[in-house]
Amino acid sequence: MRMFTKIKIAIAACVALIGIGAAQAQDKGLENPRSTAFHKTLAGKKVVFVPLSMGFDLTEGWAAQMRKQAARLNYSFEIRDPAWSTDAGTRALSSLITEKPDLIVLHNPDIQSYARLINQAQAAGIKIVQINLESNSTSDSYVGADWTEIGEQAANAIVKKCGAGNGVSRKIAIDTGVPTAASDVFQLDGIYKVLKQHPEIQVVSQQATEYNAEKARSIMDTVLQQNPDLCGAIGIWDNQDTGTASAIKQAGKSDQVYLVTSGGGNRVGCENVEKGLFNLYISYNVPLQGDILNAEIARLLMSDSPAGKVKTLYFNPLTQITKENVNPRNCWTLDDLK
Amino acid sequence: MSEARTTPEAKSSQKLIQKIFRSQEGIVFALAVAAFLVFALLLPAFASPGNLLALVRSVSILGILALGMALVVIARGIDVSMIATMVVSVSWAFVLARSGYSFGIALLIGVSFALVVGAAIGALIAFGDVPPIFATLAAGSVIYGLGRTFFFKLEMQNVPPGNDWFLFIGQGRILGVPITIVAFGVLCLLLHFILSSTRFGWLTYAMGNNPAAARITGAPFRPIVIAQYVASSFIAYVAGLILASSASAINARLFNSTMIYDILLVVVLGGIGLNGGHGSVRNVVLGTVFVGILLNGMTIMNIDYTIQNLVKGVVLLLAIVVDSLVNPRDEQTSQQGDL
Repeated sequence: MRMFTKIKIAIAACVALIGIGAAQAQDKGLENPRSTAFHKTLAGKKVVFVPLSMGFDLTEGWAAQMRKQAARLNYSFEIRDPAWSTDAGTRALSSLITEKPDLIVLHNPDIQSYARLINQAQAAGIKIVQINLESNSTSDSYVGADWTEIGEQAANAIVKKCGAGNGVSRKIAIDTGVPTAASDVFQLDGIYKVLKQHPEIQVVSQQATEYNAEKARSIMDTVLQQNPDLCGAIGIWDNQDTGTASAIKQAGKSDQVYLVTSGGGNRVGCENVEKGLFNLYISYNVPLQGDILNAEIARLLMSDSPAGKVKTLYFNPLTQITKENVNPRNCWTLDDLK
Repeated sequence: MSEARTTPEAKSSQKLIQKIFRSQEGIVFALAVAAFLVFALLLPAFASPGNLLALVRSVSILGILALGMALVVIARGIDVSMIATMVVSVSWAFVLARSGYSFGIALLIGVSFALVVGAAIGALIAFGDVPPIFATLAAGSVIYGLGRTFFFKLEMQNVPPGNDWFLFIGQGRILGVPITIVAFGVLCLLLHFILSSTRFGWLTYAMGNNPAAARITGAPFRPIVIAQYVASSFIAYVAGLILASSASAINARLFNSTMIYDILLVVVLGGIGLNGGHGSVRNVVLGTVFVGILLNGMTIMNIDYTIQNLVKGVVLLLAIVVDSLVNPRDEQTSQQGDL
């Protein structure tokens, strides 16, 4: 009888233990096979970034974000910096085609130079994401601004200020960067699409500044001498247009000449909006682009479809920053992204 | 026509014309006057005082850099590292100022860096007997690489906030004349004085004319070479400060631009031969003003970027061709090391 009770107690204890054990197993949660696969697929992959050049806000911003994700997901991230040389960039791409990384993030100096290499790299099985500056050759993905849209927004803003009966005159100036870059050709197309519907607007000057602020300054200085009644100006990039703005300010025409520019939305650009140097700043938002870029990199690294098979693109939204809505949320510094 | 030839005034004016066209300097002067007149007639506001100031101002930084280059070229050297020295020393000074140093101290560190760099390049040429073109070409890459790796990460450096007096250098005016132009003028006078009235200046010409003879006759050859490169680096630093002050920022990318060739264009176009021993500040001013007239006129006419570069190239080629036609080279005038 005593024996019997002992066995009963033992059985009860066992049942209780099993119950506790089961409960404990449930507390430890369930393994998510998708998470495991996600990390396993991405770990050990190799991503290489070929920018126009490191050392300026846009490329440093994207690189900081890509580096952060690479560290989180354990894939390798390298930068081959051609330092503004298209030749060096071409060489870097050619050698990458033989090295066969899993993915290349490419920043095109113009719409033509890398076009053939993009096709060759994809044929060799390397996936390619183009960032912010497109090539004529489409690839697995493009993330960045729609330059035509920027041109249209800039031109519309100028028409609003300088169109029939609004400004001091209907004269405007356009400061371009380098005539062959995607940012120039597509943006000019956007600008002129709008201006075509407003024949009253007169473009008195369209000059290339080679992204050089001092050259932009001296061009605007000369243009204002010839056209003291200039009403507006469109600049192609905030880094150069500090010079354009400086010439307008020194001529004492900050209230008269409406300056529209665009850029990645870094703090320096925003400071210039606050100071009234830029009247409208169309930002393509580098942190946002970096996030989309990271999503695209992860998606393509996991996808089984071969390089170059499915071609997609995403033009990210633009933010129009003026003195009224300039705030820290719209602007970033490199330290924020690191 | 035949009647005019006989009068003495006509003869002397003919001689003057001949004299003008015998030197490259004269040819460029004539071209500059011609370009000025054409633009003044065709473009409504070209000859207005405001535009002329804008014209000179737009090239005065180029002119300042060309002064430094001229000093070195007259002594039969060349300094293609000027842009690297300029952007790295000024950018570094700005980075230091933003990182907590007072702006004055940061500027002092910047100038010290430029001077040390100049001395090192000079020593390489004077003691290492490295041809100046190779020494400075290599030094340019080293300086820029050092800067990008250790001194600053971003190419674009804005003037540190709260230094309005600094912005005044590039944006202020004295009696209506932009300070940039005044600075160019003052530096022209200074260099003219140094070249024409000091022992250093005379030795510079002597070394350019015949380095071997200068050395044999006891000129302190090596110290003077070093001093020349220190001077060109210093001038590059000054030009960098004015540039940064004028555009509120300095962009290290200028190192990759064609600016160094524009400086050489000014020097050569003005008539300072790359084989050394000849030329003066007058040539630099002439070259600077001519390039200024061309650039300003083409900007007003809204000429396409590619065509502007084409015109610049053709003009330089033309100047060189005409020079070699009117001043043919022979065994006496050609020298070893002639570029």
